[in-house]
Amino acid sequence: MAAIVRAHGVHKHFGALHVLRGVDLEVAERELVFVIGPSGSGKSTLLRCLNRLEEPSGGRIEVDGIDMLDRRTDINRARQRIGMVFQSFNLYPHMTALGNVALALRKVLKLPRAEADERARAALERVNLADRAGHYPGQLSGGQQQRVAIARAIALEPRVMLFDEPTSALDPELVGGVLQAMRELRESGMTMVVVSHEMGFARAAADRVVFMDHGLVVEEGPPEAVFGAPREERTRAFIRQIDRH
Amino acid sequence: MTWADFTLAFFSLDILRQAWPILLSGLVQTLLLSAMVVPLGLLGGVLLALLSTVRSPWVRWPLMAWVDVFRSLPPLVLLVFVYAGLPFAGLEVSPWGAVAIGFFLNTGAYYGEILRAGIESVPAGQVEAARSTGLSRGQAMAWVVLPQAVRNVLPDLISNTLEVVKLTSIASVVALPELLFQARQAQSVTFNATPIMAAAVAYFVLLWPVVRLLSRLENRQLAGRR
Ligand SMILES: Nc1ncnc2c1ncn2[C@@H]1O[C@H](COP(=O)(O)OP(=O)(O)OP(=O)(O)O)[C@@H](O)[C@H]1O
Ligand SMILES: [Mg+2]
Repeated sequence: MAAIVRAHGVHKHFGALHVLRGVDLEVAERELVFVIGPSGSGKSTLLRCLNRLEEPSGGRIEVDGIDMLDRRTDINRARQRIGMVFQSFNLYPHMTALGNVALALRKVLKLPRAEADERARAALERVNLADRAGHYPGQLSGGQQQRVAIARAIALEPRVMLFDEPTSALDPELVGGVLQAMRELRESGMTMVVVSHEMGFARAAADRVVFMDHGLVVEEGPPEAVFGAPREERTRAFIRQIDRH
Repeated sequence: MTWADFTLAFFSLDILRQAWPILLSGLVQTLLLSAMVVPLGLLGGVLLALLSTVRSPWVRWPLMAWVDVFRSLPPLVLLVFVYAGLPFAGLEVSPWGAVAIGFFLNTGAYYGEILRAGIESVPAGQVEAARSTGLSRGQAMAWVVLPQAVRNVLPDLISNTLEVVKLTSIASVVALPELLFQARQAQSVTFNATPIMAAAVAYFVLLWPVVRLLSRLENRQLAGRR
């Protein structure tokens, strides 16, 4: 199967701090890869390097055949193919849900307003929020906000979606709706890279689990294997720890 | 001084009737002046605030020096320098030109600092979200950051605008016939303080609604923060 994401030997320094120390990650089309690891292991940094929100200090990153680190790459065009969902939603508070979703459609894809709104509405429909189109983020629950954020990303019809702890800022009773939206996205065939501690979701939906520690991929495999019979001591320790929660 | 003397000196209807046309022309000039210097200052402020987002020390240090200089100079000194000083360098400037330059430099520096604070008050995640959907740096600034920045510092912007409109009265020192200048003219020909009083009342009527609006905004922001 063709790989959508190919990251090889990715390094990232923050000053003297060596946060990614040669990470390799390939994600096949329609695959859902789960990334787990202790706090500070570099999971967010890795995701942010994939769409170049962070500038890697070394390595190669290709997404959908585009060399992300080539100076000649039009990064704004490349990013249209990579949706991203953040832990803290990052919705634009001065725009309605519809406005949030439609902004890039209008300014990046240059669609006329009516068409952009129509596509935005369809994206909101996919996360079951068509009836909240006119609401501002401040009038929505955390779970609804996160679903709007998902709609904002999928409205551009990306080739891959990156999720950075999409449910960890949510009250427990709101997690389900977001996971449901992600599950439906997965069923529609979206390629996804998910950083999360939702082990139940990982067991049910992930094709592969990647365990990171100290800026390196330590272990990877199918969820049954990584969760049930981890090979590495560090993985075992981490899984024992999160299972206790 | 009797009550009658007092009213005659400050509130003489006769004098007011005589001075009315000249006062009115002054008021019109003040309004025109405000309509020029406020947008000019905002323009300068937006430019400075945008420059302040550039990380390079080659931009940072000169910018800081610029803002510090023009916030330190008294606006009146700046204006007199532009009007009366520059001609010695062979640069003749009209009163309007001098006011435009002086206010652009002074007011721009203040608006710039306010807008910079506004931009910095917008969380980094906002730009990241926008950039992740393919918006360019400029688009993210225009559609995501600036609208929020302006909203976050709206009371400061209005408050500064209020000061700027009041400050247009310094244009009288370069003989620009705005409200204060005309009132002084009328006062000196009528030997009566009524024109000055009338000018004061005109400023008050003009600006009091803005002051009220500002109070309401400030109260609302305080309430929102609670
Ligand atoms: N902008 C930055 N400047 C300096 N250091 C940073 C920056 N961003 C991340 N780091 C550091 O890089 C390391 C990895 O951070 P990262 O956010 O990628 O970890 P993470 O695996 O996502 O952790 P968590 O589970 O807590 O989200 C941490 O030590 C962090 O402090
Ligand atoms: Mg993280």
